[in-house]
Amino acid sequence: MDLVVIGGGPAGLAAAIEAKKQGIEKVVIIERDNTLGGILQQCIHDGFGLHRFGKRLSGCEYADNFIVEVENETIEVAYETIVLEITKDKVVYAMNSNEGIVEYYAKTIILAMGCRERTRSQAFIWGTRPSGVLTAGTVQRYINIEGYLPGKKAVILGSGDIGLIMARRMTLEGISVEGVYELMSSPGGLTRNIAQCLVDYDIPLHLSTTVIRIHGQHKLEGVTVAEVDEKRQVIEGTKRYIECDLLVLAVGLIPENELTRQLDIEIDPKTNGPIVDENFMTSMAGVFAAGNVVTVFDLVDYVSLTGEMAGRGAAKYIQGNLELEQDYTEVTPGENVSFVVPQRIRKDNLESKLPLYFRVRQKQENVKVIAKVAETICYQKKHRVVLPPEMLVEELDSQSVKDTNQNIVVNVMGGTL
Amino acid sequence: MKKEFTCIVCPVSCNLVVDDLDGQLTVSENQCKRGLVFGENEFRNPKRMLTTTVKITGSSVKRLPVISVDEVPKDRLIELAELLYKVTVKSPVHRGDIVAKNIGNTGVDVIATRTINQENKEI
Repeated sequence: MDLVVIGGGPAGLAAAIEAKKQGIEKVVIIERDNTLGGILQQCIHDGFGLHRFGKRLSGCEYADNFIVEVENETIEVAYETIVLEITKDKVVYAMNSNEGIVEYYAKTIILAMGCRERTRSQAFIWGTRPSGVLTAGTVQRYINIEGYLPGKKAVILGSGDIGLIMARRMTLEGISVEGVYELMSSPGGLTRNIAQCLVDYDIPLHLSTTVIRIHGQHKLEGVTVAEVDEKRQVIEGTKRYIECDLLVLAVGLIPENELTRQLDIEIDPKTNGPIVDENFMTSMAGVFAAGNVVTVFDLVDYVSLTGEMAGRGAAKYIQGNLELEQDYTEVTPGENVSFVVPQRIRKDNLESKLPLYFRVRQKQENVKVIAKVAETICYQKKHRVVLPPEMLVEELDSQSVKDTNQNIVVNVMGGTL
Repeated sequence: MKKEFTCIVCPVSCNLVVDDLDGQLTVSENQCKRGLVFGENEFRNPKRMLTTTVKITGSSVKRLPVISVDEVPKDRLIELAELLYKVTVKSPVHRGDIVAKNIGNTGVDVIATRTINQENKEI
């Protein structure tokens, strides 16, 4: 195999198609589900693909656009197959119920496993362990694919986009949503989702409030919520019991990197994903990563773009067109920036533009994004407001960073500029 | 009369201000033309896309995702979703197939957003 893509979600689909278009012959996508598209298949709501296709598609439609291309490009897909292990000489061991263990000898690998939801135990909620406590993605799958409703009255913990989308979805399905509770003092999801998922349906959002206890022996009977102070400590006297039979957890996503770690690939502690370069190649030559395995993106459009970059990178690697010896230039987070992807670049491998994906630590108004090499500003752009939940993407002109060996530092700066 | 809306057209989520001066609307704080249109509509007749699922038989997939081809009045979303719950379609279905014509006399059709063939099996 020239290229083994692990995962058939948006990142893997885009990566496989792009590699094929660049002239790579033998490409296989290994997918553990029985369909391609990954999580997009249960995202029946619209709002996807505004950047890429210029219109608002549902998740299924967005996926379908890529699936059709995979079929046209005659890319091999191994369905209901799960990767068990990857060795350092790029042998991929996978398994399915028809063939047993399958081995792929790969020239290049693209890791596109996506991310996983945080669960109750990662959110540290006390109490009993009844049924009826589910992650938002699980509820979404039950309702939109399996076709059954997991409760009648729901409480949602976490105001990330999935939690907000599910508040609207459950309301439309006749589940009464008592409210959305958020530990932090500002919402985790996009402002437009607060508007169209909560405000439209009169669902209250309680900030600085969290679920502190789960009640019920076999079936969930209720939860206790309480307000918290700036140190996230429960404020006495604010405890309130809410009767409900469904607790929906939308408490964050974690890149799924078990295979990456097995390979001893360098992980960035700031993103919990592999450190990648300008072609989304990891610290192991020939092994690339794309999409939410690298860092959790807000928009699928970005996931697809990183897939394409990795796909092009893998093609160049196979064709011998990737410079592998040049020292890396680091790209590092500066003022009010929590991380930057890619974390490093080889200048000779840059295309005309270098896209940087990053998040701010804190909300700030009237700011400038400033990328600096030493004391020289190589990029700047104004923003009216920047928020941690909304990822920033800035495209640097590659020429502006070519002539130096110093790090590129990305800053978000307020005040008088 | 002044009203504020969060624009839902794109992830930028502009905070629109719509001012009504004797029936003449002015939208401000928008960053693009789509926001202008959204602001005016939101003031006069708020509309949303409707996305839900309908029952599908003859396949191991139990629900077929659907979308309205255009926006429908916001205050009729729940009523229209209820109409769609009475619909059952038979596999195979192709993306774009009409599932309900002129739903609730809105003039808007509802279409399938996923292709489901009979051979799709459940895990």
